Amino acid sequence: MTKTRFFIGALATLATFLSFSCSPVKEYQKNRINDSEMILANRKVEKTELNAQTYREGSSGANGGKTGGGCGCN
Amino acid sequence: MAARPAAVAGAIETIKTEKIDMRKICLTVVGMYLMLLHAFSQVASSDSSGYKARKLKLEEVNLVSSYYNQTADKSAVMGGRTDYKGNGDVTDLSNGLDLKFVGLDSKGRKNALTGGLGIDYHTAASQAYVDSNGHARNNGTRIYPTLDWSIENERKGMEFGLGTYYSAEHNYYHSLGLNTSLSKKNHHNGEFSVKLTGYFDRIKMILPSEFDPVDSVKSTSSADSVVYITTASGRTEALTYVNGQAVGGSSTTITPSKARDTYTASFSFAQVINQRIQGSIAMDFVYQSGYLGLPFHRVYLNTGKDTIENLPSQRFKLPIGFRLNYFLGDNIIIRTYYRLYIDNWGMVSHTANVEVPFKFTPFISLSPFYRYYVQKAVNYFSPYEKHSTSDQYYTSNYALASFSSQSYGAGLRIAAPNGIFGSLNMLEIRYAHYTQTTDLVADVVSLNLKFK
Repeated sequence: MTKTRFFIGALATLATFLSFSCSPVKEYQKNRINDSEMILANRKVEKTELNAQTYREGSSGANGGKTGGGCGCN
Repeated sequence: MAARPAAVAGAIETIKTEKIDMRKICLTVVGMYLMLLHAFSQVASSDSSGYKARKLKLEEVNLVSSYYNQTADKSAVMGGRTDYKGNGDVTDLSNGLDLKFVGLDSKGRKNALTGGLGIDYHTAASQAYVDSNGHARNNGTRIYPTLDWSIENERKGMEFGLGTYYSAEHNYYHSLGLNTSLSKKNHHNGEFSVKLTGYFDRIKMILPSEFDPVDSVKSTSSADSVVYITTASGRTEALTYVNGQAVGGSSTTITPSKARDTYTASFSFAQVINQRIQGSIAMDFVYQSGYLGLPFHRVYLNTGKDTIENLPSQRFKLPIGFRLNYFLGDNIIIRTYYRLYIDNWGMVSHTANVEVPFKFTPFISLSPFYRYYVQKAVNYFSPYEKHSTSDQYYTSNYALASFSSQSYGAGLRIAAPNGIFGSLNMLEIRYAHYTQTTDLVADVVSLNLKFK
């Protein structure tokens, strides 16, 4: 049941994302998209926070960070 | 009109024939000229394309330093005890340095080589209780070098990468990581990426002191023996006893180890939606096998006796994450992230994060953020003294319990295209406060300096 909800939720979110009307954007129109704050990833300065979350919480992944390796046991 | 004499007619015919030959010669010369022009034009276009090999050159240096401070109880080493022995206080000072070299090959492809070195020093109150009296070493150092190489063909919008990672700490011999990645941009501002990663760990079997093997090897007589003592630092010493007295000092032996492997296939798709919005979807398929618990995590059973955490030897994880960034007006950006996670141990979690950078100027921004996280426990978790002897798998590690957490804070970023001080290109400082419903509270301060 939980797995079914997971996949329904994932598909609904995917459909929402894809339903955005993508308008063509030329290179010269990307001054906002290319802003360093618009990057689709975590910042380098967040590295320790992400490590701590991986160690203190039971889940990880899908954020560009580590998915295993090492101890993180304290 | 008088008829032409035969001699004149012959001369006219000769002139006509020569004119045709001249035309042929002229056309041939023009053709050769055009061929030469064409040939030179190819050379010229080759030169003007900018595809000139350039050796690797240091382009960017990143320095990231952090200080982490945590107060907690119910430590996993003491099986979730709530008294002073369950102290889970931690401090961690981490420093990382990345050097990025960039060059071009003869085909105009961008090569990037990044070498990194990280060193962490931590203190952990719970680590002292690997020894049942709390006398074990309570600190440690972790060293982790990385090396990544990538090649990017901008014309084709493709990038290929290889990476290695190594880590060593007192409680595992090594963690070796290898990865390879491939990404492809399309003509509609979309980018698809795939990354395959493997981590290969050797876990040191450091047992709580009451489980140390004693008198297990080489008994020369009923009164003589060799006693093995494994310390929290991972060092195993062999002490020789004769008639109850230690003789001959000690010799260091190798602590036994067990393997833990992690394989990850990551897929992501990023899309520019319009001039102000872009988003991405990322999904990881993670498979772990081997020794997935830790040998110094105690579990206290409902009989009052303690034992060592025991977890299945396989775990399959499936996280899926979504990002959506929106540039609102000229000064505000809204960064959002949501992740759904499920695994075959019964854990389900949700993560929601929102960050709103406000730009005072194009180069100075303040970014407050808020993160909410909630998870359902794995099937094998029970608190202190709640597991029964009939349980097949058991853990009292609160990282695998049901709880929610909140985190908030802010970051300040200063970046100037011509540098802030000399070659310092960007400075970012960030503070985060983190609370869990398990009574864990943590604070993190981080600094990132980028030099170009």
